Amino acid sequence: MGPIIPVNEISTEINFLIAFLIGLGFGFALEQAGFSSSRKLAGMFYGYDTTVLKVFFTAAITAMLGLLFLNYFEMIDMSIVYVNEYYINSAIIGGIIMGAGFIIGGFCPGTSVCAAAIGKKDAWWFLLGSFLGIVLFGETYSLWEGFYLKNYLGNLKLSTYLNLSDGVFAFLVIVAAVLMFWVGELAEKKFARNDITKEL
Amino acid sequence: MAHQNYITHHSKYMNPYLAGILLGFVLLAAFYLTGRGLGASGAMKSAVVTTVAVISPDHAENSGFYSKYLSGENSPMHSWLVFQVLGVFVGGLLSGAFSGRLKLTTEHSPNISSRKRIYLALIGGALFGFGSQLGRGCTSGAALSGMATLSVAGFVTMVAIFGTAFALAYFFRKNWI
Repeated sequence: MGPIIPVNEISTEINFLIAFLIGLGFGFALEQAGFSSSRKLAGMFYGYDTTVLKVFFTAAITAMLGLLFLNYFEMIDMSIVYVNEYYINSAIIGGIIMGAGFIIGGFCPGTSVCAAAIGKKDAWWFLLGSFLGIVLFGETYSLWEGFYLKNYLGNLKLSTYLNLSDGVFAFLVIVAAVLMFWVGELAEKKFARNDITKEL
Repeated sequence: MAHQNYITHHSKYMNPYLAGILLGFVLLAAFYLTGRGLGASGAMKSAVVTTVAVISPDHAENSGFYSKYLSGENSPMHSWLVFQVLGVFVGGLLSGAFSGRLKLTTEHSPNISSRKRIYLALIGGALFGFGSQLGRGCTSGAALSGMATLSVAGFVTMVAIFGTAFALAYFFRKNWI
């Protein structure tokens, strides 16, 4: 029965070894997908390369379906699987600030670690910037604390919120993703920038 | 036909849908083994909290933010996400080595200088770092892992990140295209 580590009270050392191995897979997959290149990532927002959309949604759907099946076959106790807590205000504003960081900086934290690993100096600076941004948040936390904790809706699932079963909801996400993949493929033709993509 | 390696005639990068499935299985393994998804900014927070606590322990204890992560017996570096992100670094390095992409370089559009690219990376990183703390996680921990568990937080964070980047893309186009 999963999740294996919390259910079986695995030792910390083994837990950290597993963390490292999972990270290894995460980093390998991101780098193989091309997420170690800021110009490839930014292609998403200009249409010449929609790899971000394809990888991100394929990954989300794969894990989503995997969790649904594990739950269906009673192989995982979903009551101890973490569902992100929803604080409406800070999730939206935090996301908007991150979106600005993405188009300006060309990475997100995970992809910047991959890019830094293969020698992209711009990623080193992005990482340094991330640390400074976290320090800035920490130093000014008292200003945002009220906002940070406002409008808490708990570990709310979107399927619950929309009054749909998890299965039906996941199906709708898949349909939406396939439509977006189709648009993405069209965009790559319409906004093709061979001068950029051949260098990546 | 983009991304062709003209010597081997193989694509330089993995097919994006295949890479997505691979990433999805890594994410699923994280859930099945630990009950939580993947993350990145959480480990950076651990590093920041640890650094602040070393430089000025009193300041860290009195801060409403840092003190939250200093209550346990162990250092904040003694955390699952820190080891996971070390793995991301090594995994990225191995992938880059396998595919012949290890190279010291500052990647930027020919329209801008590498110095400008570095300033933009620094500013973008700072915004992402700040936003990830306000939003309780970044693209990995909040958006991707959050979507896999169908959480509202995951979908909202994903829409906010990508929506904003699309909305601002026009204003920053000269840096990229």
